[in-house]
This record gives sequence, structure tokens and C-alpha cells, in this order.
Amino acid sequence: MSKSYRDGLPISPENFVDQLMRLKRGSIGRRDFLGLTGLGIATAVMAREIGIMPTPAFAAESLGDRMSIATWPNYHDPQTFENFKKDTGVAVEVNVFGSNEEMLAKLQAGASGWSLFVPTNYTISTYKKLGIIEPLDMAKLPNFDGTQEDPRFTSEGTIDKVIYAVPKNWGTTGFAVNTKKLSKPMTSWKEFWDTAMAEGDGRTMVHDYQLTTIGNALKYFGYSFNSLKQDELAKAEELLLKVKPHLFAVSSDYQPGMRAGDAWMTMCWTNDGAQLHRDIPEIAYVLGKEGGEIWTDFYAIPKDAPNKPAGYALLNYLMNPQVAVKEHLANGAPSTDARVNKLLPKEVLDNPILYPAADLLTPLEFGAAATLTDPGRAELMARFKSA
Amino acid sequence: MSAGIGAVSMHGNRFRHNFLTALLLAPATAWLVVFLVLPFIAIAVFSVGERAPEGGYQAAFTLAQYANLPARATAFWNTMLLAPVGALACLLVAYPVAYYLALRAPQRWRLILLALVVIPFWTSLLMRTYAWMYILGGRGIPALLAFIGIEDVRLINTPGAVLLGIVYGYLPLMILPIYVSLERLDRRLLEASADLGATPLSTFLGVTLKLSLPGVMTGFSLVMILLLGEYLIPTLLGGGKVFFIGNALVDLFLQSRNWPFGSAIAITLVAVSVVVLIAANRISTRVSGARRVDLI
Repeated sequence: MSKSYRDGLPISPENFVDQLMRLKRGSIGRRDFLGLTGLGIATAVMAREIGIMPTPAFAAESLGDRMSIATWPNYHDPQTFENFKKDTGVAVEVNVFGSNEEMLAKLQAGASGWSLFVPTNYTISTYKKLGIIEPLDMAKLPNFDGTQEDPRFTSEGTIDKVIYAVPKNWGTTGFAVNTKKLSKPMTSWKEFWDTAMAEGDGRTMVHDYQLTTIGNALKYFGYSFNSLKQDELAKAEELLLKVKPHLFAVSSDYQPGMRAGDAWMTMCWTNDGAQLHRDIPEIAYVLGKEGGEIWTDFYAIPKDAPNKPAGYALLNYLMNPQVAVKEHLANGAPSTDARVNKLLPKEVLDNPILYPAADLLTPLEFGAAATLTDPGRAELMARFKSA
Repeated sequence: MSAGIGAVSMHGNRFRHNFLTALLLAPATAWLVVFLVLPFIAIAVFSVGERAPEGGYQAAFTLAQYANLPARATAFWNTMLLAPVGALACLLVAYPVAYYLALRAPQRWRLILLALVVIPFWTSLLMRTYAWMYILGGRGIPALLAFIGIEDVRLINTPGAVLLGIVYGYLPLMILPIYVSLERLDRRLLEASADLGATPLSTFLGVTLKLSLPGVMTGFSLVMILLLGEYLIPTLLGGGKVFFIGNALVDLFLQSRNWPFGSAIAITLVAVSVVVLIAANRISTRVSGARRVDLI
């Protein structure tokens, strides 16, 4: 049977253009991509290969075979989700985000598809106010023990004595420095910003996140991390616009740049600082002596969660100290749970990146709810990014 | 009597014909209404609204969002610069390739070469842009350069990297239309031009280039329109520092949750795209001697 030579041509120009336009319209953001290609696909494949093996503990309520979680980059032990899948048959798709604003935006638009997500302390009151989350059904979380939680870090999950979110871990926002490239010791945000315009020119990263990028610019002048005052924000903006041309990138996913050696210094969260230092010892983690952010990330379940039973099951699983300890060893952020701390090895508990000295912790501030929704700070960030 | 029956059946035929036309057009029409017209109306309505205190949309009737457009003037300006420059760079790379494919490549190789142009584009633009991130990043070309003693070269997150990503990403959109117009070129015209004493250069300018202009204009407009909304490549290869109107839109919806302002920008962008499209069509009609070029 003879075939036309055209059969060998894989795609016509017209088809190709259609295809590209479709890809373009359907093009997804980097963090979606990370989630989808990384753990999402891995777990989805696992789900099909291994099959469903429900344990008696979960047999009472159908958990379905998949759920989706929204969280932060490099934030979980991938093994956790694989083990959860083995135990329950539920494949977990992981969506990774760079800012609380992004999570809120998806939830506000509705139908995020998540059955569990990881909001930061200062956002929880807004989620409650907007009716995006509802009180947790604590009967479904027997592994959670409130009496073991450190109240310094956990208060914002409880509103009017009702628990809306339970803590995952706490941490700080400082900066990471590759000391081989930038050998001058640094201790302050002032030095961070000044170095970014001098020795660190073209090699410095700041978060794509208004809270920390504006907050730490405010610290340059000694203002509050959470300031909403016009004149103080104007000073911070002036600094940010001056630094902008010297930056390597504005991105919350800074580990690849730091690991590849393209970036020498970056705004950094505890967990990333610990991971980077663990793998590349010359990368140091510094807390600005002027202060900055201290935070707690929580687990919460959206009201419109498509698979609430699985969301609760995963949350309960994560609250098991034996599971949580592996999470902390992988992600590097300090736990709020005394039961977990008992299981952590001594070198982790002695790590100054996780547990900074008291004089460095004292000036730190928790993010304020108002910064999340303040249009002034949002516009400032937009002006900075578009400059 | 028979005339009456004829009239009835003719009427029936026409009815059936109209009904069939409507039936055949219905899926496409429904598709366009649901996925183009309705969202567009929603965006138009949003654009005269206000940002709710916690973000999102709050009903209002105000032109404040449009008055605020200058707040994104830099992003608009960057886009207005990027779109033609990116399309031009694409054109300069694509034309010789298309020329070779259409006029110089041996017949039996042509389809294979054409397939090679197209095959990489079966992979998502996102994946391919990621590949560039690693090629240009510290463990890619700079590591090779360090190996021969050139230290600390930075390629990623520069405007050059963005331009490279754009040219790479949109190249086939430029190559294919030019290829099509060059392939249709009547070779006898080239011989005639040479016979009449024209140099190869003036033959190229007066015959080849002129006759391929519709393809050039199609490719140029396609690439330019797509570049007007580009945000992925600047984010990944520009490190979020190179900021276009597409990036401004993403931020307004996904960070600051200012839907009304984002909608106003989207409407403006659509308006600008339409103007560009019309202008491109006009120009190409003029240069190619009243031959209309259908872009969409």
C-alpha cells in the first residue's frame, strides 16, 4: 500500500500554529509547573501503579484517590506524600506558591481545587473574614495535641477560641550569603541592601513578595517591618527603586539560583537557609540585627475543598510526630510541637539557623494582617517590579 | 396545484437549508460566545468597577481604572518596545532559514528539515524555556566558560536572555509563513529577472523579497501579537526583573488582586492588539499590491 509523502510530515503549518496558540493559552505559571511536574505527576503515577490499599483507620470514610495541596517551594519531604499514598491510596498533587497573596488570589477566585493549604499566620484572620476557611473539625485530627504546641507561635490559628488552622512550623526571614563570593561578614539589612548595590551587583535576589521585600527595605531605615505609613513606605520605595537595576532577580524561588552560583545573596526563609547551608556549607544564613519577620505557617482546609475527607486525613497524618519529624528534617524549619522536638536530633536543635540567639529573635515582628490586603503596599510592589 | 406543491417544497428546502446552516454553525458560535464573548463582557464590566477592600471586584461605575493606566506606563512601554524588536529579531533569524528551506534545500531533505523546525515545538513552551534557564544558568554555559578560565559570566536574567528566549520560542511562527510564500514563488521570475540583467541582489530585493512580503507580514504580525501578551519568558529568563504588560496583568490578578484595574489593562491591551493587527493588514495590503493577507 503506497502512502503519500505527506504522511511523513508530522504537522502542517496551520496545525502547528493552532497547537502553539493552545499551549500559549494554556501555559501555566512556574510554580504550577513545579507542582505538576514534580510531586504531582510522580504521585499520580504511583497511584496507578500501586493501587488502593486503604488502612482500617481510614476505611470508615471514602477518601477518594486524589487530592491537592497548596504549599511553599522545597517545603515537604516528598516521601511523606508517597507514604501517605501507600497508607490511604490517595495521591497528593502539590501546588507550590511564592506568596500568600497568590494563594489568596486563587482561593478568592473560587474553586482552587485544594483540600489542604499552608497559609502564614497573618493571613488567617482574613481568610476567616472572607469565609474562605471554616473551623477545623478537631475530632478528625486526633494526632493534634494543642497542649504540646508552643503558644508563642500558634495563637493566630485560633480566633475567638475556635481553631481555624493548626501550625506546621515557624521560622524567620533573613538572608543567605555565599561567603566565598561575598566574604565581608554581614549582620544587618542595611548591609544587605548596600552590598546589593556594590559587591553583590547583579547577584542579589529579593522575594517576589510584598511583605518581605518591602518589609526588609523598611528595616534599612529602622522602620517597622509592617509599616503602612505613607512617608516610611515612600523611603522604602526610593531604596527599592535604587536597588532594582542591581538585582539578579525578583523571585521567591531562589534556591536554584543560589545553588547554581548565579546568585550570591538572597532574601531567605529559615527552611531554605538550613537546606542551602546543609548542602553548600559556604552559604550562610544571616538575620538582620534591625529585625525583620518571624512567622508561623499553618495548615488550613478551604471551605470549598473538593476532597475534605482526604484533606483531614492528610492533615492528621502530618500531625503525627513520627511523620512530622521527617518533614522537619527535610525542610529545615523549626517545629512548634514539643513532641516533635523530643524526636529531633541534637544537632538540629543546636542549629543557630533554626534557633537564632534571643537578641536576634527579640526585634523580629510577625506579619500584620493589614499588609496582606493593603492596596498601597501592593501598588508599591508593582511599581518596584515594573521599574 | 402542482405549482403550489412546488412552492411548499421549495420553501421547505430553504427552511431545511437554513436550519442545516444554523446547526452546523451552532457549535462554533456557542464556543465563541461562551469562551470569548461572555468572558470579554465580564472583563469589560469588571473594568469599570472597584477593587474590594480585601481584593477582588466590587460593583461600581467608574472610569478610575482607566485613568490609572499611566501607573503601568513602564510596562506598556517595555511591551511596545519588545513586541516589534522581538518580532524583528525573529524575522532576521527566520528569513534565511525559510529561504534555504524553500529555495535551496534539496527536495528530498526539505520535508525532513521542515519537520526538524517543527518537532521541538511539540514540547511545551514552558519546558523549552526551562531548558534555556539551565543552559544559560551557572551550571550551563558559564560553567563551560569557567572551565577555560573565564569566571563569573552571567547570562541568565538579562534582557539578552529574554530576547534569545523569544526568538527561540517564536521562530517557527515566523519561518512557516515565510516558507509558504517563498515556496510558491515562481522560479521563472528569477530567471526572467536575471535575463533582464538584474544582479542577484536586485533580483532578491525586487522579486524574491517583494513576493514573500505577505508571508513576512503574516509572521511578523503573529509574533508581535503574541509578544504583546508575553509573560512567561520574561519571568523565567528575565528573573522577574524585565517587566511587561503581561507580567503586570498576572500580578494584578494573582498578587494584588486588583481585578478591575487588571481588567482595564486587559481591555486596553486587546484594543492595542486590534490596532496593530489592522495596521499590519493595511501595510501588507499596500506593499504586496492589494493582495489581502488574512491573519486570523
